Amino acid sequence: MFDDFLVRATLASVGVALAAAPLGCFVIWRRMAYFGDATAHAAVLGVALSLTLSAPLFISVLGVCFLMAMTVSSLNGKGFAMDTLLGVMSHSSLAIGLVAVSFLSGVRIDLMSYLFGDILAVGKTDLLVIWVGSAVVVGLVIWRWSGLLLSTLNKDMALASGFDPKREELILTIALAIVVAVAIKVVGVLLITAMLLVPAATARPFSKTPEIMALVAAALGVTASLSGLSASYVMDTPTGPTIVCVSALLFVITNIAIKLFPRISWRKRPTDCCDTQSEQLGS
Amino acid sequence: MSNNLIKCEALSVHFGKRRVLHDITMSVDVGEIVTVIGPNGSGKTTLFKALIGAIKPSVGALIKAPNLKIGYVPQKLHIDETLPMTVKRFMNLPGGHSVNKVAKALEYAGIPSLDKQQVMDLSGGQFQRVLLARALLGSPNLLLLDEATQGLDHRGAADFYRQIAEVRDRLGCGIVMISHELHVVMRRTDRVICLNGHICCQGEPEAVGESPEYRTLFGLDKDEAALYLHQNHHHSESKRSSADRAGDVQHVR
Repeated sequence: MFDDFLVRATLASVGVALAAAPLGCFVIWRRMAYFGDATAHAAVLGVALSLTLSAPLFISVLGVCFLMAMTVSSLNGKGFAMDTLLGVMSHSSLAIGLVAVSFLSGVRIDLMSYLFGDILAVGKTDLLVIWVGSAVVVGLVIWRWSGLLLSTLNKDMALASGFDPKREELILTIALAIVVAVAIKVVGVLLITAMLLVPAATARPFSKTPEIMALVAAALGVTASLSGLSASYVMDTPTGPTIVCVSALLFVITNIAIKLFPRISWRKRPTDCCDTQSEQLGS
Repeated sequence: MSNNLIKCEALSVHFGKRRVLHDITMSVDVGEIVTVIGPNGSGKTTLFKALIGAIKPSVGALIKAPNLKIGYVPQKLHIDETLPMTVKRFMNLPGGHSVNKVAKALEYAGIPSLDKQQVMDLSGGQFQRVLLARALLGSPNLLLLDEATQGLDHRGAADFYRQIAEVRDRLGCGIVMISHELHVVMRRTDRVICLNGHICCQGEPEAVGESPEYRTLFGLDKDEAALYLHQNHHHSESKRSSADRAGDVQHVR
């Protein structure tokens, strides 16, 4: 069954979607979208490193992404605003990676496949790496769920409840690096952030609790992966970008639907949230 | 000694080279309500963070009772709009409490019908009650409240402090509060610590209110200073209303 490239591609995209969605929720809640971008862009440097040292792609990308994420977090608050810092780091690491790859004249590499993914070329080993990586990420997030949530809400509250916000942040950073490393084959460096953000953002209006948002995001991510894959097969389009297109389409459709039929959303509109209800229920 | 829940001994905190707190020696006993007052930038919040363990003291020691369980009510809690959170779920964070216990805690806090509401839709007073109820769920023996009545009106604040006194009587826990509202606080507190980088004075509320250190710190010695404070208070309201007021004054003259 794993001999069919379409089966492998399906399983690969589902694996990535399952890990990316719950992590994407944290990326949204903590406003880390740009942070995800920077980590993903650094992956190109990891590709160059892997080709130079003929080291396994997964390990070198993981290492470089983790280093990048750690550098950003340690530089945070030391003279630069976070967005400036991330902008500098994100794009310079992408540029340095691209230049570094061009030095490797001995090997012929298809840069496009790293930038936008090459899901149809996923082999059995890749599949194993993707599923093990995804399982680790999902396991980490489930294991640390309360601590991650609490330190996302308020660092001091987390500390008072016995969680170390720095450790939770480190766990998120590790999880993010793993997702980037496993997703590079599927959607490529430039579109990983979309896999993280779009399903989670789509899930937001339908969710009452953080847990529901993570589950809905995972379901949406898997849906987008499966339909994107078949759409790309039918229309003969690049698979990674097609998956992201479907994901984005879902986002647009649900948001238009909410505008037309506000009752399908759990979220109250800002206008009626603070006036009527709270007054009635107030002391 | 055995009654001490938490005790600071000659504690100092530095941010870089700047000394924020120095020579803080204080303790909180079981069943005691301690209020920390002081002007802006006097290190009140820093002291709190040191008590929680968020900031490591650069000098001195922090001694905690072995069974110390801290309940913390933050100054303000901004919940990002992207994070869906019902009151019920928020109360049960980090979790482990039964549905019944959460319902009871909400009922005790006087907000039984709010459990399905989104936290971000609550009014300031309701959210403050939820935060207190959540802190109490863990059955703490030391409750820390950081300017918990910020944004509440007079009645709301008075209600809140009455509830705090009730909590102390019911749970017998030690309570440390930071506050600006001296007069409201004074009535409900056992001991006041007047902070301005160091402990200026501490003792029973009446004694502190009379002490020269306190009066100097809050500019109560000179009538002019008091008047200045008063005017300043008005300035902080909207421009329009202070302009109106200025007009009124002229009119009277």
